[in-house]
Amino acid sequence: MAKINIDGRDLEFEEQLTILDAAKKLQIKIPTLCYNEHLAPYGGCRICLVEAATQAAPQRSRLVPACTAPAADGMIVVTNSERVLESRRFIIELFLSRCPESEQIRSMAAEMGVQPDGQNLDVVGQYLLQRAPKREATNCILCGLCVRVCQQIPERFALSLKERGIHRKVTPPFEKVAESCIGCGSCAYVCPTKTITVEEA
Amino acid sequence: MGNYRFNLLVCAGTGCVSNNAFKVKAALEKEIEKHKLQEEIQVISTGCNGFCANGPIMVVKPDDIFYQLLTEEDIPGLVEEHFLKGRPVEKLMYTPAKDEHPIPKMSDIPFFGKQQLIALSNRGLIDPENIDEYIALGGYQALAKVLTKMTPEQVIEEIQTAGLRGRGGAGFPTGKKWEFCRNALVSEDSSAPGNNGNSPSAADKYIICNADEGDPGAFMDRSIVESDPHALLEGMLIGAYAIGATHGFIYIRGEYPLALERLTQALEQAREYGLLGDEILGTGFSFDISVSKGAGAFVCGEETSLIGSLEGKLPEPRVRPPYPAQSGYMGKPTNINNVETWANVPHIINRGAAWFSSIGTETSKGTKVFSLVGKVNNTGLVEVPMGITMREIVFDIGGGIPDGKKFKAVQTGGPSGGCIPESLLDTPVDYESLVQAGSIMGSGGMIVMDEGNCMVEVARYFVSFTQQESCGKCTPCREGTWHMLNILENISQGKGQEGDIELLEKMGRYIKETALCGLGNTAPNPVLTTIRYFRNEYEAHIREKRCPAGVCKALITYSIDPENCTGCTACAKNCPVACISGERKQTHVINQEKCIKCGMCYSVCNFDAVRVR
Repeated sequence: MAKINIDGRDLEFEEQLTILDAAKKLQIKIPTLCYNEHLAPYGGCRICLVEAATQAAPQRSRLVPACTAPAADGMIVVTNSERVLESRRFIIELFLSRCPESEQIRSMAAEMGVQPDGQNLDVVGQYLLQRAPKREATNCILCGLCVRVCQQIPERFALSLKERGIHRKVTPPFEKVAESCIGCGSCAYVCPTKTITVEEA
Repeated sequence: MGNYRFNLLVCAGTGCVSNNAFKVKAALEKEIEKHKLQEEIQVISTGCNGFCANGPIMVVKPDDIFYQLLTEEDIPGLVEEHFLKGRPVEKLMYTPAKDEHPIPKMSDIPFFGKQQLIALSNRGLIDPENIDEYIALGGYQALAKVLTKMTPEQVIEEIQTAGLRGRGGAGFPTGKKWEFCRNALVSEDSSAPGNNGNSPSAADKYIICNADEGDPGAFMDRSIVESDPHALLEGMLIGAYAIGATHGFIYIRGEYPLALERLTQALEQAREYGLLGDEILGTGFSFDISVSKGAGAFVCGEETSLIGSLEGKLPEPRVRPPYPAQSGYMGKPTNINNVETWANVPHIINRGAAWFSSIGTETSKGTKVFSLVGKVNNTGLVEVPMGITMREIVFDIGGGIPDGKKFKAVQTGGPSGGCIPESLLDTPVDYESLVQAGSIMGSGGMIVMDEGNCMVEVARYFVSFTQQESCGKCTPCREGTWHMLNILENISQGKGQEGDIELLEKMGRYIKETALCGLGNTAPNPVLTTIRYFRNEYEAHIREKRCPAGVCKALITYSIDPENCTGCTACAKNCPVACISGERKQTHVINQEKCIKCGMCYSVCNFDAVRVR
């Protein structure tokens, strides 16, 4: 029997678990955006970062994404340290700067104490929410859930990611309506910011 | 290989070739034939000699005479004087300074003096396109030794004892990496991530050579592949035997046509000689290698992205664990090392772990290859023992800074690294010391900067590079580097605000902590180290709207000093927008409204009359 400690509470486990799975069993809430329990974990959005250390070196903790990091015997995890909360705020501020209109992002930010006007924030938050250049409005956070669900569940590959870095976007192949799309609506269903809508044909 | 009175080793590395080395070689062959010397003199094209600044290069063996900056026109005189009359030609030799004597022998030239060659030991000596020359110098002996006299465990033990660490930059102990992969259980699960259907057999393990060298100004791996491809193949064969791998891949940059050509040739020759394929050297060991060309994504230098690309997927990093040693290519245990790491392996097997670990420092053993570029006299490829100081590399091997300018910083580690200032020039080159100085060993790019380099611009350049190369999978690297670039651009355009330095420092720390892979984890380093050592330059840009090095265009003006101007009209003639006016022999004036700040007037003025402020 392996044992993991999250926020001071022990969990014994035998099966393969991620830190997120283990936290759920202890009813400890870790925010997620690019995670869906039915899909292979991705580790891209970074909102679920937690501090993890081994028993051998409890002082040498690292930030790891709870959705992909396997729970290991003797692991000590902290989900609410200042280091974790600061990092999460940074990530949500980046999203808020990218998608200022998204209701889901705004409410998640509010839960973390981040107001859209950047009040009471550190120098980075103030910059991101007040001074940073405004971009073309989008609610897409590029979590890739729509692309992955289409690949993994109906296996239609009707959506893909195009270009890299800041220019990355989600599009059907060749930016045309994909012939392989069966209109199942899975992509719209998993989208955490409700960016995808299904139109009646 | 017959006996010749002279062997002429003409460098055919990419640098010399682009300076017409092949024409020089053809001229040599023609002259030798003209004088009917072809029975006595052999011309061989070799891989990169290393002294790229002075190419095309030819070394005459056995005398070790070094000729440089050769042109076709030099050849008839050279052949007649040296090979007929026996008088080496001084004017084609290396001369340290104008008034000093030329140095005839290669080994006496300071550039070569402090170098110690292991990974590059065959450079400039053998014809990389001829496997016989590699074998004649002891090639494939190490392979024969491990296949007939050593167990895989003994090979791993030897590499561990030698203390070899990954030369790609991170410095992970190679022997340990091999051991993880050797001991990894092969998963039977065909639905393992990465398996796309053409299921490999359950026992497969793979090794990969990362030759996707992408740092700006770095050409170490290219030169190794171009000058000694069999050393890489032999290293991989030994690694495959130690790990128990059945197949290998070399993932090479698409922009390296010459390296690719020589590699393909080397693979064919090795197969022909029974050194690749089934039952190698008559033993039970079978292994082959295929080559895959990269398509220009920097992130493929990151091992999990590289594996994704090999599998035909988007080149995006995967979260580790699982590490490639457990689940890599097609979900099978996979070991990745870079070119230089593999090329060290045969030498360790041949000469022993004790010999290798006697070179270098406590924690960093052996040598490291650097491409020494930028504002330094002796641009080129150098291999130095670990522990040598930066000062020795820049000033003794590199010959210092050109045009009497002052040294400012040396950048190591490419876009992941940092700038080391003059006060830390005595830092020894080893993995830990460079990290302490705020930089990293990296794969071996070393860019020297002088007082004419603006450190804000240097940081801006590297962040613009990583920002463009970010794959976009994780939020902090995709969004964060874009924001950092905007802030840096503002500063270099005179739009910086008080507090921007602290902003960059804090955002940089956040990105380092939260990004997914090595690209994002290190992307802020060039900014953080330039702030650490050159904060005053940032302050001048932000507070005084001034670029002290005279580089950032929005913050400088060009003007003509009437004291020095002779009215020679050179500036006016060369100005691309015709914004300089003045009569002959009269002081000239720049129209600031029209000036595009290209710096042409500054570079053509012979009288030091153009001022930059």
